[in-house]
Amino acid sequence: MGEIVVARELDVRGLQCPMPLVNAHRAIKQIAVGEVLKVLATDRGSLLDFKGWAETDDSVELLQQEEYTDEQGRRVYVHYLRRVEP
Amino acid sequence: MAEAIAQDLETRLQELTQRLEALESRYEKDMRRIQRHLPENRVAIICFSGNLDKAMAALIIATGAASMGMQVSIFFTFWGLSVIKNGAQLRGKSFMEKLFSIMLPENMRELGPSQMNFGGIGARMMRAIMRKKQVQSLEELFQLARELGVRLVACTMSMDVMGIRAEELLPGMELGGVATYLADASKSKVTLFI
Repeated sequence: MGEIVVARELDVRGLQCPMPLVNAHRAIKQIAVGEVLKVLATDRGSLLDFKGWAETDDSVELLQQEEYTDEQGRRVYVHYLRRVEP
Repeated sequence: MAEAIAQDLETRLQELTQRLEALESRYEKDMRRIQRHLPENRVAIICFSGNLDKAMAALIIATGAASMGMQVSIFFTFWGLSVIKNGAQLRGKSFMEKLFSIMLPENMRELGPSQMNFGGIGARMMRAIMRKKQVQSLEELFQLARELGVRLVACTMSMDVMGIRAEELLPGMELGGVATYLADASKSKVTLFI
């Protein structure tokens, strides 16, 4: 799999459910169909939440999820979502 | 003359074939989409309450549904987290988090009923009566739910609010939020808030 081209990056680190989802929903509406949104979250539940969102919403495709520890020692969960034609 | 007719028929046949193929692919796409959103044989339960009786209600429905061949998920949130706790740690917690840890049940054995607890006597009496009437205990029902493959999800936001660490939960709990529950619920025929 090639490198994912990110059209927009959204930082929701520190935010609690449902805000990562709500903000990501707003952000993905602002990119074009076919483009990719990258979301950084600290909520551990966002891993299953973004999977659930993509399962339920025909206009969103979850491409990839990864995690790392940031400079503040927080565990960060990264989600790559593509806006698709519903 | 005959050649012209044959030519014309050939063109129209090609055109029809293309239209048919387009329709077929659209039909398949639509059907896939419809099927993806059709409710399945599933139950999605929210366990919000940390009471012996309400937790039992949730688990009786869950084990019953699973036995009927339904796919079941329980989303534990707020007081309901007490049902899936496995002890309480105080180290590394803030004052408020410690308070929650001390005030709330450490595990499902400490849950009181939603009514007539009378400082713990009610819970013991209720358990004794249920045992006598051969009703499965909460612990047995929970074990059964696990064996039947019920999906058990803990709410990360309320865990954070109450200072409950993932290590304080029973093993095998998944961690999720509102979309995790809703993805399950939107595929379910039955959903309950207990």
